[in-house]
Amino acid sequence: MVKITINGVKVEFPKKFTILQACRELKIDIPTLCYDERVKPQSTCRLCVVEVEGMRNLRPSCSTQIDEDMKIYTHSDRVIEARKEILRLLIANHPLDCLTCEKAGDCKLQDYCYEYDVKESGFVGAKKNYLIDDSNPFYIRDMSKCIMCGNCVRVCSELQGKNILGLIGRGFETTVGAGFETQIDYSACVSCGNCVSVCPVGAIMPKSKEKFRRWEIEKVRTTCSYCGVGCQIDLLVKDDKVVGVDAADGPSNEGLLCVKGKFGFDFINHPDRLKKPLIRKKGELVESTWEEAYDLIASKINETKKRHGVDTIAGFASARCSNEENYLFQKLFRAGIGTNNVDHCARL
Amino acid sequence: MDGIKSYVLICGGANCTSAHKDEIVKKMKGKIKEVGLKTEVQVLPKGCFGLCEEGPIFVVYPEGVFYSHVQASDINEIVVEHLLNGRIVDRLLYKGIVGKNIVTSLNDSKIYKKQTRIVLKNCGVINPENIDEYIAYDGYMALGKVLTEMTSEEVVEVIRKSGLRGRGGGGFPTGLKWSFAAKAEGKQKYVLCNADEGDPGAFMDRSVLEGDPHSVIEAMAIAGYAIGGSQGYIYIRAEYPLAIKRLEIAIEQAREYGLLGENIFDSGFNFDVELRLGAGAFICGEETALIASIEGERGMPRNKPPFPAIKGLWGMPTILNNVETYANISQIILKGVDWFRSIGTEKSPGTKVFALGGKISNTGLVEIPIGTKLREIIFDIGGGIPNGKEFKAVQTGGPSGGCITSDHLDVEIDYETLIELGSMMGSGGMIVMDEDNCMVDIARFFLDFTVDESCGKCTPCREGTKRMLEILEKITTGNGEAEDLVKLERLAYVIKDTSLCGLGQTAPNPVLSTLKYYEDEYKAHVFENRCPAGYCHELIQYFVADDCKGCSKCVSVCPVGAISGVIKQQHTIDDDKCIKCGECLEICPFDIIIKK
Ligand SMILES: Cc1cc2nc3c(=O)[nH]c(=O)nc-3n(C[C@H](O)[C@H](O)[C@H](O)COP(=O)(O)O)c2cc1C
Ligand code: SF4
Ligand code: SF4
Repeated sequence: MVKITINGVKVEFPKKFTILQACRELKIDIPTLCYDERVKPQSTCRLCVVEVEGMRNLRPSCSTQIDEDMKIYTHSDRVIEARKEILRLLIANHPLDCLTCEKAGDCKLQDYCYEYDVKESGFVGAKKNYLIDDSNPFYIRDMSKCIMCGNCVRVCSELQGKNILGLIGRGFETTVGAGFETQIDYSACVSCGNCVSVCPVGAIMPKSKEKFRRWEIEKVRTTCSYCGVGCQIDLLVKDDKVVGVDAADGPSNEGLLCVKGKFGFDFINHPDRLKKPLIRKKGELVESTWEEAYDLIASKINETKKRHGVDTIAGFASARCSNEENYLFQKLFRAGIGTNNVDHCARL
Repeated sequence: MDGIKSYVLICGGANCTSAHKDEIVKKMKGKIKEVGLKTEVQVLPKGCFGLCEEGPIFVVYPEGVFYSHVQASDINEIVVEHLLNGRIVDRLLYKGIVGKNIVTSLNDSKIYKKQTRIVLKNCGVINPENIDEYIAYDGYMALGKVLTEMTSEEVVEVIRKSGLRGRGGGGFPTGLKWSFAAKAEGKQKYVLCNADEGDPGAFMDRSVLEGDPHSVIEAMAIAGYAIGGSQGYIYIRAEYPLAIKRLEIAIEQAREYGLLGENIFDSGFNFDVELRLGAGAFICGEETALIASIEGERGMPRNKPPFPAIKGLWGMPTILNNVETYANISQIILKGVDWFRSIGTEKSPGTKVFALGGKISNTGLVEIPIGTKLREIIFDIGGGIPNGKEFKAVQTGGPSGGCITSDHLDVEIDYETLIELGSMMGSGGMIVMDEDNCMVDIARFFLDFTVDESCGKCTPCREGTKRMLEILEKITTGNGEAEDLVKLERLAYVIKDTSLCGLGQTAPNPVLSTLKYYEDEYKAHVFENRCPAGYCHELIQYFVADDCKGCSKCVSVCPVGAISGVIKQQHTIDDDKCIKCGECLEICPFDIIIKK
């Protein structure tokens, strides 16, 4: 354990802790735009800087490890002034179209400017002006809004393992894009949308069919139904309609999703979606009850078993079921029906 | 080489190379052959002599006669008069300082006399493409001594005791750095040489590599032995083709002689060096960005700690030193700690090579003991300010440094004093300014450089330096407002305080130091719409005074036709058309045109 003093209070934390980790344990709010505990800290935004006694410059709390007897000030005048100036610099190079930006209400830049009372930058000068890239079917990239935190780049390479995104150019002209500066759709992007999830501002946004504001929606935590991994998601519900999906931090997905989980929620509200079982009667599919459907299935199985023997029956399970469901399915076939003819679509 | 009576050394540095040197060498060899001296005279391309203003330079040995500004048309005369008839060609002798004392031998020149040559000792003396000449000048003796007589700990100790500090800018004690890496655990350790040399105006590293490449290779092998590493990389900018070529030759020759490779001097020690070429990004001179670049990543700085000595290239303990730092190593080993400490100051022993540039009579490289007074460097060695102009300031440390004013001419230059003055040693660039330089514009110039070279990783440097530059542009074009000065200072402090790497942390220095010493110049621009140095175009006007004789000379030189007037009558300048080139003022025989 290491003894440190934060804002005058003596505390103890394990040796490898960063200042940011310690502050989070203590519920001291440190603003961060580029910090994501799942990837290596890059300390690019510099918003998390704190004052450490005896050090010449402010230190980024996300990547500075605590050290014995460190005296840390997280909200001294010097720190607050630096954070404000950094926010001013960020909004000086940002469209500030919050009135119509889909991200409003869920935007870290907006939140911190509110928290630190930064109304305007006071700088007049060059601003980013990039063409919007809407080549991907699921998301839009508007690099004029990008604040260069680098989260999308790191998540794409370190977590998704795709390495589609990288920094292009230098200095003030630096931007994020795919190799050879092509549109994103010419790259090998798998549209997982994890870059969308980590962008703290509105630079990468889902192509939304519905208009909604963040404060109008209710989040419903659920398990993604596309496969057995069990990723946790938050359905964004407005007026009883699912309008979007946020990746949630579940034990199996840690905030990551695939293209289906992130963007494939349209079926929920689709008019053609089957909500009741259909039974073909006289050549027509007719809506029925679950009881009727189960009875029909059971009687057909029994009949077939009697007439042709049990091994003429086979079960085929879906990859959309969870492991537990698949377990139960084979149990039904082996123990209940009495055949080993059971398989799974993911094997094909 | 039997029978050779004379050697003609020709400056082979890139600056002279650009001055049609190849053609001259060819002509000289031809003429020597023609007069039948082929077996008696040898022509040798050498490293840079450090007097680039004077190039191309020829030195004839054994007399040590020093010719400057040699043209192709002078070759016949040198060969016939000097080499054949033994008569020195006075006309071509190097004129020394502002033409007062004509010197014949290089070592008599005042520029050289004040200097102490450790780093540049072989430059211009040996043929850099011939390892035998290096060896003849005690080359690879230090490596031999280290491998056969010393333990690695002893080597680190000698370097530590010598007090040698990094010449790449920071002045970090070299021995201490080596000791960290020596103690660090790692299955491989790396020795890197920083030859990225990005500071505008600095070219000492290039000169060492072009003139004495083996001194760096030898030192890297010594460093490898000291820390327990067997692989070295020299990270050199691709814009230095001659240095690269000579390094390649040197590495090849050293391998042939068994001075690189396996089991060097039968000691069981293995060491090899490879080159890695940089694409000319200033940021790749920063140590962690350089390492990232060697690893094949985008050249961007990484968080420190961990420091490279603990976790550097490919996560292994790594030392990185500058070319000039390495060039000191062999001699410290051979001549000892006491000798080295007898030069320079207590805290900063040894010499530093400076690249003099700007408004100074003798531009080029000078190697002087650390602690020499600025006055001596500029006036005695540098020959003062040309054209009778007044000295105003000198910028040290390039874009990361600051300016030093005439009030501080008697300060002894070392790492600490420069930092106290708000500047830094940097790589040793010294840009001298005279009364015609506008200090706001100087700050703008350096900011322009950093804005271009910022890697774009962190917010304050990427966004902030650009805003500083925009404000400076506003001020120098006469559009500055009072609050711009407040914003400029606020930005400067925040960028210094919060940037990730040394580039951002020092980028505001030129602004802060000019604001400190020349605040009145900033104020004159902002509040009086006036550039006191008469430099900023938008703030000056050219007038024809009332007693114009009407000679019309100015009309003929004005490139944009801004001057009108009938012959023998008063002329006038149309300010809307005038581009402030100053041609008219130069030509006016009656000094009637004034700049305000
Ligand atoms: C932006 C930046 C550029 C640098 N460029 C160079 C360079 O071109 N050459 C160099 O030797 N050191 C350069 N340095 C310093 C290196 O990071 C490093 O400190 C040095 O090479 C260490 O060697 P030394 O201890 O022998 O000086 C630079 C530093 C920064 C922050
Ligand atoms: S697009 Fe978003 S996540 Fe990517 S660097 Fe820009 S702000 Fe960060
Ligand atoms: S200070 Fe500048 S050069 Fe250094 S990491 Fe930040 S942006 Fe890059």
